[in-house]
Amino acid sequence: MKMGAAGIWFVHLGLIAALFGMQFLLSPYHITNLARIMVLAVFAMGYNLAFGYTGLLSLGHALFFAAGMYAAGLSAQLWGVTAGPGLILGILAGGMLAAAVGLLALRTAGVSFMIVTLMFAQAGYLTLLYFGAVTGGDEGFTLSPASRSLLGYDLSTDTPRFLAALAVFAVGLILSLAIIRSPFGRTLVAMRENEDRSRMLGYNPFTVKLAALTLSGLYAGAAGAAWAVLFGYAGASFATIQYSILPMLYVLLGGAGTILGPFLGALLMFVLIEIATGLTSAYLFLVGAALVALVLFAPNGILGTVRERWARWLP
Amino acid sequence: MAFGPFLLLALMEGLVTAAILALAASGLALVFGVMRVVNVAHGEFYMLGAVLAWAVSAFVPGPPALAFAAALLIAPLLVAALAAAADGLILKRLNYDPEATIVATIGLLYMIQQAALSLYGPNANPVQAPFEWRIQLPWFGWSGYKLFVILAACAVLLALWAFMTRSRAGLIMRATQVDRSTARAFGINVDRVYMGTFALGAGLAALAGVLVVPVQQAHYLMGGDPLLLSFIVVIIGGLGSLRGTLIAALLIGLSDGIIGMFFSPTLAKIIATLLVAMVLVFRPQGLFGAKA
Repeated sequence: MKMGAAGIWFVHLGLIAALFGMQFLLSPYHITNLARIMVLAVFAMGYNLAFGYTGLLSLGHALFFAAGMYAAGLSAQLWGVTAGPGLILGILAGGMLAAAVGLLALRTAGVSFMIVTLMFAQAGYLTLLYFGAVTGGDEGFTLSPASRSLLGYDLSTDTPRFLAALAVFAVGLILSLAIIRSPFGRTLVAMRENEDRSRMLGYNPFTVKLAALTLSGLYAGAAGAAWAVLFGYAGASFATIQYSILPMLYVLLGGAGTILGPFLGALLMFVLIEIATGLTSAYLFLVGAALVALVLFAPNGILGTVRERWARWLP
Repeated sequence: MAFGPFLLLALMEGLVTAAILALAASGLALVFGVMRVVNVAHGEFYMLGAVLAWAVSAFVPGPPALAFAAALLIAPLLVAALAAAADGLILKRLNYDPEATIVATIGLLYMIQQAALSLYGPNANPVQAPFEWRIQLPWFGWSGYKLFVILAACAVLLALWAFMTRSRAGLIMRATQVDRSTARAFGINVDRVYMGTFALGAGLAALAGVLVVPVQQAHYLMGGDPLLLSFIVVIIGGLGSLRGTLIAALLIGLSDGIIGMFFSPTLAKIIATLLVAMVLVFRPQGLFGAKA
């Protein structure tokens, strides 16, 4: 099947419309869960820009997520900043930290890059613990209700929270689709496929990869800040290695290098874990088994396989 | 206590850390050197060693020395068998692709940790030291068992060194490390070498876990710190080089003992992790093999 640009936009905008419609169909409990999934999907979309499209396998994205979370959370806590400016601060914090880490870490590649990003994230986590008096350490802190308002709406109530999450998700999805369909998006893929050849064509791999990682950090910061203002909590546990692994798992499951893969992966994994926690407390076992099974049997993920077999047009 | 004896105590505690670390890190270095696999689940093999030591000592009757000797033998063997199975079932099928194996060993880490939590429980349990003997110094008393840990680690590392440089199996492992396909062309069963190496690396981590458990209780989350420290040691020492690993273990273990005693351990860890990141960024060629 062939698909034109209009058709591709129709599919993606259709998903956003369908998600908007969900608020009339689902119970409040499930609406909150869907809001969580959308925020996690934003995190995973950012991870996908770096890993799926540009081929940068980072193990340190929790650092950028936590940067956004604490930028929004601490500015609310200390200076009474509300959700809107908090979100912007979070996005900037994530992007700036990613750019700073990228300046150093992108001098390495492959396994070294993974370990360097892991070490930076670990240092960030330990720093949060070290300044536990301010950050609340592992226990974290809850945001005051006054700071959780956006344009006059109270984000601790179901509908505004869901709509705010949907808005962040929609902007993220549309932006990543626009990036990937642009010439810049093609250079990202070129870096993944053959760095030497793209260098020969006149692109500077370092700046392209730095731009990709920074973009990825902006997404992670947005997701972290959204989590803080929507769910009213910030804590150092979100900076642990586990939160670097989760977006990787979502992306691998949904399909690395596909626009909708991160959302699909986050949705499926969330539902799976939800079902598993009903049966057993050992849900981390499931995460581990899913990782192993994915790299063994489905390295392309769900949408990657769909694209390979049936829908070549899938962006 | 005066400053001098205090420093001596810090140095002695640091030596114990260094001994344990050298064992665990040499396993990690061996696996990376020969197989080019970064084993993120290495810390969990260490934890399994400690937990299995507790299990063995709980079920073997008789004096603590006998139970501990049994644990020293059984736990590393069981862990090595598990690692060999993981190699055959997972890593081999990934064709030892560096990035895929890291993802897979992360998965393995979660599975082992969760299995330990489910089967062993969230509590920390002590294991009795094989003998009660205290070294009485003029300023403080010190557990003789800790001296035994240092000596045992030295003995094992010497044996490992002899194995790698003097035995035929060690020669085959080194040949595989240098060039996998040429080794295969000379009739070396590379798959078996890899399985053996992975098992040996895991066994060394488990042995470190067994040795540490009378000093530090067995807990299902105890693998995190040694993993991080082993990474640090192996990177500072040059991945794959056993001699570099040993020197770095001594350095990190001693400074950990001293810094941990005089400053905040969290601050020490922050500095150490950042240092390692910088080493990798600015001196990757010297410390990370030819080209990673």
